[in-house]
Order: sequence, then structure tokens, then C-alpha cells
Amino acid sequence: MASVIHELSGPPKPGQTSDNYTVLHDPDDLWDDARVIVNIGPTHPAMHGALRTVAKLNGETIEKSYSEFGYTHRAKEKLGENRTYHQFIVYTDRLNYCSALINNVTYAMAVERLMGVEVPPRAIWIRMICCELARVIDHLICVGINAVDLGAFSFFLYGFHQREEAYTLIEKLCGARLTTSYTRIGGLMYDAPEGWEKEVKEWAKRTRTVIDEMNKLLTTNRIWLDRTVGVGVFNKEQCMAYSWSGPAARAAGIDHDLRRDAPTMYYKDVEFDVPIGKNGDVFDRYLIRLEEIRQSLNLVSQCADRLKPGPIWSEDKRCRIPDKSVVYNSMEGMIHHFKFFMEGFEVPEGEAYTMFEGANGEIGFYIVSKGSPRSHRMRIRGPSVWHFQGLDPMVKGSKIGDLVAALGSINVIAGELDR
Amino acid sequence: MSTIPRDSAGLGRTGTLGDRMAVPGVTDIRTPVPTIYGDWTARFGDAWKTQVEQLRAKFGDAIEEVRMPGDAPTDVPIVYVKKALITEVLRFAKDEAGFEYAFLADLTAIDEGVDAAPRFEVVYNLFSMSRKWRIRFKCRVPDGEEVPTAVDVWTGANWAEREVWDMFGIRFTGHPDLRRVLMDERWVGHPLRKDYPLKGYQVFTTPMEVDLKVLED
Repeated sequence: MASVIHELSGPPKPGQTSDNYTVLHDPDDLWDDARVIVNIGPTHPAMHGALRTVAKLNGETIEKSYSEFGYTHRAKEKLGENRTYHQFIVYTDRLNYCSALINNVTYAMAVERLMGVEVPPRAIWIRMICCELARVIDHLICVGINAVDLGAFSFFLYGFHQREEAYTLIEKLCGARLTTSYTRIGGLMYDAPEGWEKEVKEWAKRTRTVIDEMNKLLTTNRIWLDRTVGVGVFNKEQCMAYSWSGPAARAAGIDHDLRRDAPTMYYKDVEFDVPIGKNGDVFDRYLIRLEEIRQSLNLVSQCADRLKPGPIWSEDKRCRIPDKSVVYNSMEGMIHHFKFFMEGFEVPEGEAYTMFEGANGEIGFYIVSKGSPRSHRMRIRGPSVWHFQGLDPMVKGSKIGDLVAALGSINVIAGELDR
Repeated sequence: MSTIPRDSAGLGRTGTLGDRMAVPGVTDIRTPVPTIYGDWTARFGDAWKTQVEQLRAKFGDAIEEVRMPGDAPTDVPIVYVKKALITEVLRFAKDEAGFEYAFLADLTAIDEGVDAAPRFEVVYNLFSMSRKWRIRFKCRVPDGEEVPTAVDVWTGANWAEREVWDMFGIRFTGHPDLRRVLMDERWVGHPLRKDYPLKGYQVFTTPMEVDLKVLED
């Protein structure tokens, strides 16, 4: 009965009734005092994972909102206190599942630091390639999904093709695509197959051209610019107050990258630039991520060049799983194997906060050991928690449609958020 | 660091089995474990000493204990602060020249066990963007007592403190909105306490309602 509205002469008066409705509010104040509460999520295609935002709208403008998470809370920190250090590796995959390898590597580094284990160079170079592959994958997903949310679907398909190829490279390493569990304490599960580094370099070369195509396709697109420039602004001071890190903080002009500022592995020996943004809006975050993909592709090639044959696992018998030939052919090897998996190895008493530049920001493991095979406290610092906390102040006063753009640009991953 | 003799199977158990398992050419791990905590001490050791002296001079008795990386098994200095003054100390560390710990890397807590007294430690991991150094502040909290909030120093401490309340049951004085964050508001108990069972499931058949009070100005 849409025609009824047109038949009205002037705005409806309070108390005036029609077949379909009763006017309750003063219509002159409809856009001033009437507020709509909109619930977005936890299962909503525009929310990245099981997140929920409840917004109070005035027209289309968000006046206030609050966000909730925890829908996929699996108590990983509790599990960390009840599983041995070796068993916990698989749980780290499920933190930021877009860049599982970075979580694996950071966790392994955290335990190695507590134990004082030295990792052989080949393992470290492979780990670095893994980290940069994971970073490229994560950034491709982030910019791709962000564009899909705003209606640019083909851009996303360009990126996803390269992403699938990267997953194939990872599959050749460890047999798994998404949840890799590739690292072991003190080394790696398997060595890279022969010729793998060559394939990685070819992939990097191909991806570089694809990134240029993606750049041409979207960066100067009028609609994309309208939807992203000046949207979801989070300035430098706010970033510091909310402990933002990674590409989102760099987009606001914070010159900080843990790969450069607190170098672990061999990041001192490779060359890369850290792109810095200016405005801290969605567009800057997009540009930063595109540039970081290019830098990561350079890094991948550099690391692949320096990959030399050698051992991939520390000789330290505390953390090295005995070879199967030893396990099946000697009593001692059998016992070693049994005790490794049934009891786990002990980590000396101590505590350390080990962090690494993840794809989204600073990923950290704060492990407190009391000298047993299980940690006393396993704290996981995921960047998504701190980023998601900034969403509500970031979108306050902007349109409801910009919430989707802003959320996509900070790349909140529910697995890491809820832990 | 533990001085228990470790067997070479790497399991840390005392016994005779390890002697028979010794393999030539493999490092005997019963020798003291070398740690690589020292990777930052060489770079920041002197700065940390100066900072700790300054803190002691400024806050006196409020600095209960300091553990330096060389003496204790830790990667960065741990400064134990009396909880009444924790906000002042954090603000000092954030703003004072020579400290500049402007980035709150992490805020969490540790349950030392049901019998420990005081039972909890609240942990503040700080990072300095300008100087690239790190430090860790801790305050000891007995069960049932409150800690002053750090939200006034870093707005972003809000959710981290809510999580500490949710997981450990430590309340923060002056916190603007201390609700649970990961668990349902109707949850009984605090999951990361040592006395909370690993499979302490609780089932709710109705969803949590939209909290309109939060949306009021």
C-alpha cells in the first residue's frame, strides 16, 4: 500500500492512523530524535568472522556503537597451560588462520628463546620465506575482501589466484594448505623439496605483475576512491592510545616495523622498505598493504637466493623428535620417542615475551615457564583485539556503510581475536 | 634456573637411563642451559639500569622488587610495583624522557596458584617506539582485591582489563565499563584461574540481549 504515503498532504501528524501504521513520533523530528538500533552480526556476510556490532543510528549516521566478540572463544590460553609445548603448535595455526605460518614461527621462536636452542640457518631462511608468503596471502585476502565488501569483485579474483598458488607452494612444504603446523621447536617438520626455492621465485615474479595489474584496476577507480579516501580515519595519537600496530598503524604515519626495529631471524641481512602512510584512512591502509606485498615478494626472492643445503633441525635432543630409524631399531630411541610424546620436554624456568611483525601487527607470545613440560601461563597477544577495539571510536559519526569499509581495512581475524 | 641434572633424552627426568643414551658428537644437555635472553641486554643493559635507578629515586618504596635480565631468567627487566601506585608509575614510564614507553604492548595477568599469596600478578608489557626498548611492570594482587585502572593512561587498556576481569576475576578501580568480554555475562567463575576445570562447560539456551545501556550517551 505504498500509494497511501503519496496521498498524504504534508507529513503525517502524531496520532494519525492509516491502514498500515500509526504515527507515534512527531514527524518533524523524525531524523533528530528517532533512533534506530541496528544489530550487525554475529553471522552477517559483511562481518569478518563471528563478530557483532550494535549501532545506534540517526538516519544513516552512527551515533554510538559497541562491538562484541568471543563467539569462537576456544580458551587457547587455558589449553596452553594444559598441553605440552609440542602439542600446542597445532593450536597456533588456528589463531590468525590467514597467516598460520607466522603464528607457527613466532611460537617456535618463543619456546626456543626460553630453552636457548639455536636453529640451523637453512631452517631460518625457510621460516623467513614462510613468513613472507603468509604475509602476502594475508594482505591479498585483506585488500581483496575489503574491495568485495565495497562491490569490486574482480579485483578479489586476481588476488585469490595468486593466493591459491602460494598455498600450493606451502602444500609442497608441509602437505597442508591452511593450517600448516609446519614448525617444530628447534626447526622444521620437513625440508623443502628440491627446486622449491626456484618455484618460489617464479611465483614471486608472477605475483609482482599481478599486483601491478591489481593496482591499475582499483587504485584510481572513482568509486573506490569515494568509498575509501577519508573514511575510517584513525590518526597517530589514537593509534598509540589503542596500541595499534602493523599496516594499520603505519597507515597513520607510525614508523614502526618489528622486522626492522627488533630484528629476529636474518631480517638484518636482507633489504626491504617500510612503507608509511599519512592520513590513516581506509585508502592508506590499502596502499600500505599493496606496497608491503611488493616488499614481501622482494624478500621472498632474496631469501630463496640464500637458501643453502643443510640441516633443518637443531641437534638439541631435548626438542628434536628422534628419527624413525632410531625409534624402530633401538630401545633407547623408542623410549625417547615415547617420553617425548607422552610427557613432553621440560622448558627451564623463566619468562619471555617474544614478538614478531605479523601480517596484521605485533603478534606476541608471553610464556611463563616453571620448569615443567607445560607452561605456567601462555598469553597470546593478537593484534586483532587491539584493532577491533578501535573500530567503535573510528566509525563514530560516519555512515553505516563506512563501517563495512573500516572493518575490512583493519583485517580483524576472529580466530586471533577470540583465541 | 633449574639445576636438576637432566637426562640426555631431553625429558629433564633424573635417572640412569640417560647415561646409556649418550650419543657421541651430540651436546650433553646436562651442562647448564645457555639462554639467549641476553640478546637485548647487550643493547639496552645500561639504559635499563639508569631507568630502574630513576624509578627507585622517584617512587621509593612503591618499587617492591626489580629483576634484571642478567640475574633472573627473564628477557627484559621486571619491575614489581605496589598496586596503589601502578597508574602513576605507568604514566611516568609513558611520558618521562629517557623512558618513553608509549606503547602498551600487552596487559594481562598470571594466576600463581590457589595457595600462593598474593595469588595474582597483573602484567604490563611496555614498548618504546622511539628507543625500541621494552620493559615489564607487574603488580601483585591478592584474591578479591582491586587494581587501579590504566585506562586513563592508555584508552586501549579498556578491553585488556575487561579480559583480565573476565578470565581471572580481578576488578579494576575506576574502569569505565567493566563487563565480561569473551564469555557470556551470565558465566559463573573465571576460566583462566588455576582452580577452574579445563572442561568447565556452561550452556546457555538463550542469546545475550542487546545492551541498550551501553549505547546511551
